[in-house]
Amino acid sequence: MSKYQVNEKGLYGRFGGAYVPEMLYPNVENLKAVYLDIINSEEFQKEFKRLMVDYVGRPTPLFYASKLSKIFGANIYLKREDLAHTGAHKINNAIGQALIAIKMGKNRIIAETGAGQHGVATATACALLGLKCRVYMGEVDIKRQAPNVARMRMLGAEVVPALSGNRTLKDATNEALRDWISNPDDTFYIIGSAVGPHPYPDMVARLQSIISEEMKWQFTEHTGKALPDYVVACIGGGSNAAGSFYNFVDEESVKLIAVEAAGLGLDSGETAASMARGTEGIIHGSRTMLMQTDDGQITEPYSISAGLDYPGVGPWHSYLNEIGRETVLAATDQQALEAASLLTREEGIIPALESAHALAALPMLKDKFKPTDNVIVTISGRGDKDMATYIHRLMPECE
Amino acid sequence: MKNRIDEMFEKKQNLLSIYFTAGFPKLEDTMPVLRGLEKSGVDFVEIGMPFSDPLADGPVIQLASIDALNNGMCIKKLMEQIKEMRKEITMPVILMGYINPVMHYGIEKFAQDAESAGVDGVILPDLPFDEYVEKYKEMFDSHKLHFIPLIAPQSPDERIRHIDSLAEGFIYTVASAGITGNIKTSVDYRTAYFERIRNLKLRNKAVIGFGIKDNASYKHACEHADGAIIGTAFVNYVKENGTSEEAIKKFVGSIR
Repeated sequence: MSKYQVNEKGLYGRFGGAYVPEMLYPNVENLKAVYLDIINSEEFQKEFKRLMVDYVGRPTPLFYASKLSKIFGANIYLKREDLAHTGAHKINNAIGQALIAIKMGKNRIIAETGAGQHGVATATACALLGLKCRVYMGEVDIKRQAPNVARMRMLGAEVVPALSGNRTLKDATNEALRDWISNPDDTFYIIGSAVGPHPYPDMVARLQSIISEEMKWQFTEHTGKALPDYVVACIGGGSNAAGSFYNFVDEESVKLIAVEAAGLGLDSGETAASMARGTEGIIHGSRTMLMQTDDGQITEPYSISAGLDYPGVGPWHSYLNEIGRETVLAATDQQALEAASLLTREEGIIPALESAHALAALPMLKDKFKPTDNVIVTISGRGDKDMATYIHRLMPECE
Repeated sequence: MKNRIDEMFEKKQNLLSIYFTAGFPKLEDTMPVLRGLEKSGVDFVEIGMPFSDPLADGPVIQLASIDALNNGMCIKKLMEQIKEMRKEITMPVILMGYINPVMHYGIEKFAQDAESAGVDGVILPDLPFDEYVEKYKEMFDSHKLHFIPLIAPQSPDERIRHIDSLAEGFIYTVASAGITGNIKTSVDYRTAYFERIRNLKLRNKAVIGFGIKDNASYKHACEHADGAIIGTAFVNYVKENGTSEEAIKKFVGSIR
């Protein structure tokens, strides 16, 4: 067992745990009791790997970005999760959890979604595997992410508006948890990020760890070397970062860089940087860093990227950051837009706004890079869903 | 350690408890509501400490919580409001809320302030019972506070016995899988569950909450347990009818 992984109490250092009402205790305990056996079983691995290859299109490529390499003075590789089915890494976790749900005899799936990527991934997995699917989405997000709402509905999912709070991702998560409390017997809650009560953060990290599993052998294939010097990923709840770091965390020479959303700036009051500007607290069942008032009321974050617009962060990242194993940087809306623009023009890849935050770390790290350094940046998703924002911010004349 | 809650159970049966959200409808309603409830003959109360993300609550208490927070309610304010309540309030008082705001207030300070205000119990649904026992029980005991645990229909007998063996005050029996104000199971289902609890012959008293809203549901709960807690229905009522003594008496009169 890695010293960096969750312990038998569901804790990462003092972070994590399962702060759920007694109504959810049996569900969470039940999941805790079986998830490792299921994930490690030959049957599950065979089925999961088959779907990852034949259905999702894995392995996703590791691409040597020669022009970015020149610009930033190091060898830059891109892990192309944007090429996975449904356009982002979210599908890895959605299919994995749906298979676990089936093994546990649950036939009704619920999920939360912000921008709609996890909702689409879950609706896709449910269509594929024949499960009933209900997705909670903040009423505000439903209005601003209409194409993804249509995709989910076309896939047969019921999209239910979360009407509480500010009617965004945090509130959709609350509604999904309330649904789970109300339907403990037949329902499995597929959480979209490495957040929530134990065992969710660990389960999601394990399912997403396929990203770094592939990175490792692909990197060796490219370079003949065993390990890169840096792995960089964006972080909201932290699932693509968890997947990208998972198989490198015990390799102390590999620097792990997580990039959170600074929004309009770390000190603007309009930010989603829960590690730079948050404090310790409890949200959605785990102890972690989060944005809140001095009275412990959870506040609404802000980022141009809907997928990073979450007041908390997965507990594993809070822990890795605190002990110094993971370095956390923050990119503003503007820095992310510039990075997206650069990648598009230089390498012909339009990234999701979330992934653009990871790319925005490159100019920040440029002075530290040695010419021989090898850097892997995870492109967690593609930018189709963000075209309205890109047009508005980068090409207003096209509006 | 015994307090007002235990004395109440020694003397009374078919207990009626009311929950209200502090700071709702108005910031300064806490003491008027407490007075109104005591004069109406309610046996004990839960004062809700509003939280931005109340996971176990339905829309009515969620909205009341948001209003209360917008009115300026916080634990510090509440502690000031109830500081001298024991000059006039004799019934047991329980504070109910979520762990995050309490953690930020400081758990030790919270327990101290609650004790000096004369609070008797605390309900924090998202603080796991085992973590309470491990980290805070000693502290709460030293401040004469009972930590009231919840149990639910899906709680296995073994889990209920474990909780009962370590709990004090009473056990809050959640009537049905669900959130406050939204109960969809049948009376027969609930009866079977309440009887399962009764047959466990727990050392603690059991009080039923969630979905208790009128005379019929109150009476049904009292047939199978030691009392009942009404929350959502009362929060809705004061929203419509205000918090005058007369209005509160009318509500309580309609239940008993």
